[in-house]
Amino acid sequence: MVALPGVDPSWSTFADVPSTSSADTPGTTHRWHYLDNRADHDGRTVKGTLLCVHGNPTFSFLWRTYLAAGLAAGWRVIAVDQLDMGYSARTGVFRRLADRITDLEDFVAAVGLTGPVVTVGHDWGGVVSLGYADRNRAGLAGVILTNTAIHQDPARPIPAPLRLALARGVHRLGTRTTSAFLDVTLALARPRLDRQVRRAFRAPYRDAKARQGIANFVADIPVGPTHPSYAALTAAAEGIRSITVPVLMMWGPQDPIFSDPYLEDLARRLPHADIHRFEGAGHLVQEDADTASTALQWLEARGVGLDPVPAGALERSGHTAYAPLGQRVGELAVGPDSGSTAVAEMTAAGVPRTLSWRELQDDIERVSHGLLARGIGHGSRVSLLVPPGVDLTVLIYACLRVGAVIVVADAGLGARGLSRAVRGAAPDVVIGIERALVAARVFGWPGRRISAAPLSAAERSALGIEASLKDLRSTALSATGGAPPEPEADPDADAAILFTSGSTGPAKGVVYTHRQLAAMRDAVERTLGLGPGTALVAGFAPFALLGPALGATSVTPAMDVTAPRTLTAQALAEAAEAIEATVVFASPAALRNVLATRGELTPSGRTALARITLLLSAGAPIPVPLLEAVQDLVPAADLHTPYGMTESLLVADIDLQGIREAMTAVGTGTEGAGNGVCVGRPVHGARVGIAALDDVGAPSQDVTVEPGVTGEILVSAPHVKDRYFRLWRTEQLSAGIPPWHRTGDVGHLDADGRLWVEGRLGHVISSPDGAMTPVGLEQALEGLDGVRLAAVVGVGPMGTQVVVAVIEEDTAGDAVDGGGRAAPKRRRARLADDTVTARARALARERGIDLAAVIAVPRLPVDIRHNAKIDRTRVARWSARFLAGGRSGPL
Amino acid sequence: MTVLVTGASGMLGRAVAEQLLADGEEVRCFQRRPSGVRGARDHLGSIEDSAAVTEAVQECSSVVHLAAKVSFTGTAADFDRINVVGTRCLLDAARKAGVGDVVYVSSPSVAHSGSSLVGAPAGPADPTHARGHYARTKAAAELLALARSSPGFRVAAVRPHIVWGPGDTQLVERVIQRARQGRLPLLDGGTALIDTTYVDNAAVAIVACLRRMHQAQGRALVVTNGEPRPIAELLAGICRAGGVAPPRWSVPGLVARGAGAVIERAWLAAGRSEEPPMTRFLAEQLSTAHWFDQRATREVLDWTPAVDIEEGLRRLESYYRR
Repeated sequence: MVALPGVDPSWSTFADVPSTSSADTPGTTHRWHYLDNRADHDGRTVKGTLLCVHGNPTFSFLWRTYLAAGLAAGWRVIAVDQLDMGYSARTGVFRRLADRITDLEDFVAAVGLTGPVVTVGHDWGGVVSLGYADRNRAGLAGVILTNTAIHQDPARPIPAPLRLALARGVHRLGTRTTSAFLDVTLALARPRLDRQVRRAFRAPYRDAKARQGIANFVADIPVGPTHPSYAALTAAAEGIRSITVPVLMMWGPQDPIFSDPYLEDLARRLPHADIHRFEGAGHLVQEDADTASTALQWLEARGVGLDPVPAGALERSGHTAYAPLGQRVGELAVGPDSGSTAVAEMTAAGVPRTLSWRELQDDIERVSHGLLARGIGHGSRVSLLVPPGVDLTVLIYACLRVGAVIVVADAGLGARGLSRAVRGAAPDVVIGIERALVAARVFGWPGRRISAAPLSAAERSALGIEASLKDLRSTALSATGGAPPEPEADPDADAAILFTSGSTGPAKGVVYTHRQLAAMRDAVERTLGLGPGTALVAGFAPFALLGPALGATSVTPAMDVTAPRTLTAQALAEAAEAIEATVVFASPAALRNVLATRGELTPSGRTALARITLLLSAGAPIPVPLLEAVQDLVPAADLHTPYGMTESLLVADIDLQGIREAMTAVGTGTEGAGNGVCVGRPVHGARVGIAALDDVGAPSQDVTVEPGVTGEILVSAPHVKDRYFRLWRTEQLSAGIPPWHRTGDVGHLDADGRLWVEGRLGHVISSPDGAMTPVGLEQALEGLDGVRLAAVVGVGPMGTQVVVAVIEEDTAGDAVDGGGRAAPKRRRARLADDTVTARARALARERGIDLAAVIAVPRLPVDIRHNAKIDRTRVARWSARFLAGGRSGPL
Repeated sequence: MTVLVTGASGMLGRAVAEQLLADGEEVRCFQRRPSGVRGARDHLGSIEDSAAVTEAVQECSSVVHLAAKVSFTGTAADFDRINVVGTRCLLDAARKAGVGDVVYVSSPSVAHSGSSLVGAPAGPADPTHARGHYARTKAAAELLALARSSPGFRVAAVRPHIVWGPGDTQLVERVIQRARQGRLPLLDGGTALIDTTYVDNAAVAIVACLRRMHQAQGRALVVTNGEPRPIAELLAGICRAGGVAPPRWSVPGLVARGAGAVIERAWLAAGRSEEPPMTRFLAEQLSTAHWFDQRATREVLDWTPAVDIEEGLRRLESYYRR
């Protein structure tokens, strides 16, 4: 064997293995090549053996990182070269799936494994390893699968690239005569493989004879029930359903062959599996992502292997009384107020669409029947791509009623981000407006399609739509026997998958159970005192779904929900007027535009706004001057800016009065007050802790509530998420300090129990003087004349970064200029003027920070959803280029 | 202790000698012309003159070696003779005379080849890749000096980066002069971050090294103010201190590097002995980031700079106002 990068030559081993395969004449012996990290050498105790099986056209080299990581973690790792592949013998016999499973059993019998066995497979090696796992349950301790498939739905065509590879005239030429199949597979790696690694993958397949195994593997793909290997595949596919040992599936979704539907199929066969999708990774997921350390981390977390560390499964403690989210709708529908407005939706035409509590309840029941009649019920994932309003409200409560899991992704993610999110959620059904259904068609989203509005027959067939919401509503009650769907869903079953904004990498799906959603409603109710009799304007999506649950009348204003900044003052006022609202939920971006358009308000609009007693702005911090301007518009309102995130919509809450008190506390020197945005005290039911940062800015496991200690903000509450969807590794990380959820934000508490947010963990600056956070200095800089927005970032290697301020100059001369910021006068980034630089330095020095440079830019990048959170990671990357000399390009 | 300071007629050499005197040490200075350091005994001579060096180093316990050929012009042989042969000559003499500790004053350019440096560690000296005769010969001399380090004859290298201060003819004078003539461009807007060292800080660091030889021996330590700044800001600060208007026009760094290379060749071909207005090396220095990780240096020397850039510029200004 040639020297291979990342492979210790001592791992390379040959063994002569007697064959019992029916493909060989009795008495045949084959020489196998395999890699063995010999962790059990000299009688050392190991936790067990990982038996790694490669697919086509790779070989044991694919698992090199597993051998190294396994050695360090006390696992023996054996990676075989299947016969006719890699450096194992070329047998001259066409080996089919059944033979290959027998071959692996022969190999194990000859070589012997140590301790409990975990099978690890990739591509068609996944099938072989599953076949082995299915037939060798004794000693089987776990199953790990990466980009593979066990079942080919007869109704679906096999993936196009494989069809091509199998096509007459192409197959032999592409797989054996030339190295095209091999080359194409290697080209699937993202990023591109290193030259040495590519060379290593090719090494055992230099000539056509050596590639016979590749050709046979492709020819053995069971394309249909008549194929000779179909029976073996089906046996394994059905057999694995009874596997109860822990299963981990790690997937690269950018795979033209083993795409998400195959993952979905496996997930249904092995519903207890832990899944991690490495967004951005492809077929060769071992090359694209760090799957080896994920696998070993998982083995430890799941307690697989000898002498295991007890599994860190978190016991849910102290369940509170549970009432389903939709309970109050049902109660109000039969109460004295059944005829009063439950939900309203402002329309462009000006006439609001409304439903009373009775009508809402009836509509939910009807749609529930429609869903059940179509087989959509417990556990079905339903992607809702419908703007906030009456229809969305009805759909949400109907889905929850029948136990379906709602999938909600923000259109603000953009077409690509939204598409990635929907695919990742693998919905069974997509219910959407026409635009969403067109996207579903164009991007090939999974799932059946239901349209929110009735469409023409031509459109229905073009978009593959099986029904409309109207059809759901008019489904004959007889279809489900006329009885209301019973029983209510299990409180601890999944209820919703909400997607994060994706401002820090691909959007993540956040799973809530019914109990957790109900707890969210209770937290809002108890923190803000909302309930029956309250009328609220739902201008902020996540809270919009809670109105009916609270028993509050809710109205959605006329606005483009994908862009909160389109909410105008008059639209807000009209919505408030329609239901005589006293409460408004909005986002900072929406409020900026409301202020910018306040001139258009009619007298009656002003009167409507004057009735508001509570205004809640969620999603991003909001500067005091902006809040004060909002106060002028809603003089009677108590202004709240709660702090939370998709994983825990409410963590802490503060109102304008509280903010003023916090500012006073800074002045009077209350311990811990200052250096950050004050977000108030934990909401009802929530606890907040701080995982102190070490010198390089990494959070420790020591949780403190001591004032003034900066660290990652941790939250624990009944309404915190259950987990991330198909992101096992991410979930492990976020739940790594039990029983807390790690928010990824940094901050500290003060002596009066207020929480101060100092930025994102990823934005912590690692300077020679220790870790420092950006927000405190940013706020100070934003107080300077001529500075509209400031970002403070670190440039240079961790541990020795310098601190740099990047400012957006206030060209309009108006801090509150609405969502549309004035066109910048200066188009190019440059070093800030001497006076600004000197003042900024002086402010920084007061905080013990040396500013290396102050850069003025025309515009700082902010997130799409809130139009307020600065993308400091991007600013830092750009600043590093700008300050390295030469061309930096625009920010 | 008695310390021999070579090259004490330069700005940094003088500052080192004065710092040692202020600390109550006995100081001897060795260079070609009188050092002008009051309280020190001058030995005049050439660094490659073995007899002169041997005489100067007698009865010294320590040596700080700063004497070097720094300029751009000159033949390779000149640089080799003064920087490499001279250093070897001094080390030989010092060892024979029973000197215990030697601090070799070097330059960060010995380890770097013209690419941008961002929070860079010191790195080993590399004569084959160093740019220009100065850096190459300083690298070779540093290697041979550190190779001689042993418990009985401890050698450390201190590499101050861009030393400036009142009386500096290398950088400050030239910047002010060219700005006055309107011949000082910024390269690429002058946005590259540059580490510099105020002269007193460099001097204190070098003296600190003598006292921390048990930690520092055999090592090379980059010394800076630890306050990287955009080059435009530094140049503007120096200009203002010198009473001239800061540069306003910017030239693309790529153009300057090309022009520098052309001017360099023409200058050398014409046999001119003064410094050319732009060199490729200077253009690189002025258009790429050069700043360093100071953590190891500060720990080993148990030292932090006492004069920050702002204070340094104030001192420079009062020097020019005299």
